[in-house]
Amino acid sequence: MFDTLKSRIYQGKQYIKDIENAPMREQFRGFPQLCANADTTCLEGVCPTGALNLNPLSIDMGKCTFCGACGRCSEAVKFTAGYKLASTCHEKLVVTPETTYEEYVKSAIETKGEIVKMFGHSLKLRQVSAAGCNGCEMELNACSNVNFDMGRFGIDFVASPRHADGIVITGPISENMAYALEDCYKSVPDPKIVILCGACAISGGVFQESTKLNREFLEKYPIDLYIPGCPVHPLTFINGVLGFIKGKNN
Amino acid sequence: MANWIKIKNNIKVDLGKIPIISKNNLREEVKNIGKRPIGFFGKDWGFGCVRLFIILADDSNSEFYLSSVVFSENDKSYESLTQDIPAFHIFEREFYEQFGIEPLNHPWLKPVRINQDKYPFFEMTGEEVHQVAVGPIHAGVIEPGHFRFMCNGESVYHLEIMLGYQHRGIEEMMIKNPSNQLAESINGDSVIAYNTAYSQTMEALKGIEISNKAQLIRKAALEMERIAIHIGDMGAIAGDIAYLMGASVFGATRTLVINTMLEICGSRFGRGLVTVGGVNYDIPDDVLNRALETLSKVAKDVDRMTNTMLKNSTVMSRLEKTGTVSTEKAAEIGLVGMAARASGVELDSRFDYPDKWMSELGFERKPFKGVGDVNSRFKLRYKEIKESISIVKKIFAKLKDYKDELIITEGVNNKLSSDSFVISVVEGWRGEIVHIAMTDINRKISKYKIKDPSFNNWYGLGLAVRNNGISDFPLCNKSFNLSYSGNDL
Repeated sequence: MFDTLKSRIYQGKQYIKDIENAPMREQFRGFPQLCANADTTCLEGVCPTGALNLNPLSIDMGKCTFCGACGRCSEAVKFTAGYKLASTCHEKLVVTPETTYEEYVKSAIETKGEIVKMFGHSLKLRQVSAAGCNGCEMELNACSNVNFDMGRFGIDFVASPRHADGIVITGPISENMAYALEDCYKSVPDPKIVILCGACAISGGVFQESTKLNREFLEKYPIDLYIPGCPVHPLTFINGVLGFIKGKNN
Repeated sequence: MANWIKIKNNIKVDLGKIPIISKNNLREEVKNIGKRPIGFFGKDWGFGCVRLFIILADDSNSEFYLSSVVFSENDKSYESLTQDIPAFHIFEREFYEQFGIEPLNHPWLKPVRINQDKYPFFEMTGEEVHQVAVGPIHAGVIEPGHFRFMCNGESVYHLEIMLGYQHRGIEEMMIKNPSNQLAESINGDSVIAYNTAYSQTMEALKGIEISNKAQLIRKAALEMERIAIHIGDMGAIAGDIAYLMGASVFGATRTLVINTMLEICGSRFGRGLVTVGGVNYDIPDDVLNRALETLSKVAKDVDRMTNTMLKNSTVMSRLEKTGTVSTEKAAEIGLVGMAARASGVELDSRFDYPDKWMSELGFERKPFKGVGDVNSRFKLRYKEIKESISIVKKIFAKLKDYKDELIITEGVNNKLSSDSFVISVVEGWRGEIVHIAMTDINRKISKYKIKDPSFNNWYGLGLAVRNNGISDFPLCNKSFNLSYSGNDL
């Protein structure tokens, strides 16, 4: 008993107080800043997912695995530590040399008044791993740990889709998971939201060419929020969801 | 011995040197060698033929026995090996599923990765027996899989595990378009281990010897992956018995380790670090010194929390004698890695197939006296965390000797050698991760085979929960923490 109390006191407070302005280590590969004037010849065939387009220069963060291969061989791409990457609009995920991080963060998330009213103080999510590699899953679990403590904002993962306000999809959606995913979505009561989490969910990521996927779900149902990353960093996820339900641009 | 050749880890052999034995002799041959299976897979051999490759691991001599059998177009069966050596059961099921060649008298020839909805589950009848079906979507934020329990009241008679929901066709993709990024995404909790195994096969086929510095950085990263996941798992075990103090403290301690990984390579799980030819990131002195300080703190915090936790009688009553797999059972069904060690079967490919650093840096195997229950798996993690921290510290000290070496060796763009075969085994935190690559005459990959330790170990979980309360299932499951994506590929 006393040992437990001592451990508790020794641990102190672990949570990140200001989650919206939490510092990030400079080595983190987040928002890619592009430079139009740099030499791009060495970038031919470097990108494993086709996120990088050379003519004109752009990166689709929905496809990008943030592996850093392009940044290591050319000045044209520099991965900054910017971690607020979520967007409500698929097209906005495409970054060009004109896009700065500050502008991106301001305009990436556009939310509706009814979302803020309905979910602003409480959002319960059912996560579905549809062939996710366990990278995004581990990071989503980390969102609820003592460091990030997402529950304090009213955002939680719940066990039953019946208790949920929406679903979070990770993974490229394998054929074998397509039925279960749709079933889960249908079990969530209206109104509901869909969040795509990670490069695999948004675009198929490194698995785009796989013949074992079935991504029809994404054509059938509306998607509300795209959160890029490979895997998604907890700060990216929490700030993305907060921006969406609070209706403010971080 | 002409029926088998002996090969070594990470060293290629000519395809032409691999013997072919008759399928009628296969059973006797495998029984005579008497080693455990580590690879058993087919490959299309043209004109409707299928060639079956069999690799047996001789762990005490750091070698593999390799041979093959050719099945002609109309040859659709052979006598099952599982009858003599149960560890083959899952390998034979996979081979049957992929090539339709039936192992006769296999005890339970059910699907591995496909047709989940068509499979009739094993059923027990009786007034008191009832079924509980769970999944594929589980209560927590984890990967999908279906579990079917046969229960008598609260206690479990039998658990059937049906996987395959994660199947992404990775082995095909590795033939068409192999890359480090794809290798990392096979199993996102063993990024370093998978990427190292892939890189080692490619380096063997390209004839590249990577620098000492790159070898050491890879090795340190592999141990850091082990430390981080083991701490996270100890937290998850604590969480599953509602000991929230442990869950939160171990959770916070794990964060320290993965954030150190982030400082080294820009990703909390080590993505982007390992590449064919070496590593992408050097460790600067300031990062290295900070990492050493962090690891010392981590060691202290883990010590403190583990000791507090294990002194608590309510904790011990949940961990002890829960989910037991005996030493005999573990050896018989062919458990590997951590799950095997916790049951008292000493298998650790770091020591069984050692690289030069194991002796140079003086790492010694310290056997663990496990009895195969959740408590053993918990304590084994604690032991391995401490060992891995000391390994990382030694490696970091040694790194200073190789300051001026390159991190990526030249020759990355070399062509693969033609008609070759290579096996690479890496001890990830779960156990042995096996990658096997074959090339054709055009110097292209013609077959890529991956075996995750979970492939062997899922059946162990099924045995562990027998005669336990069904409410202890999450605890048993977490104590194994097996991979769905690594199994389903």
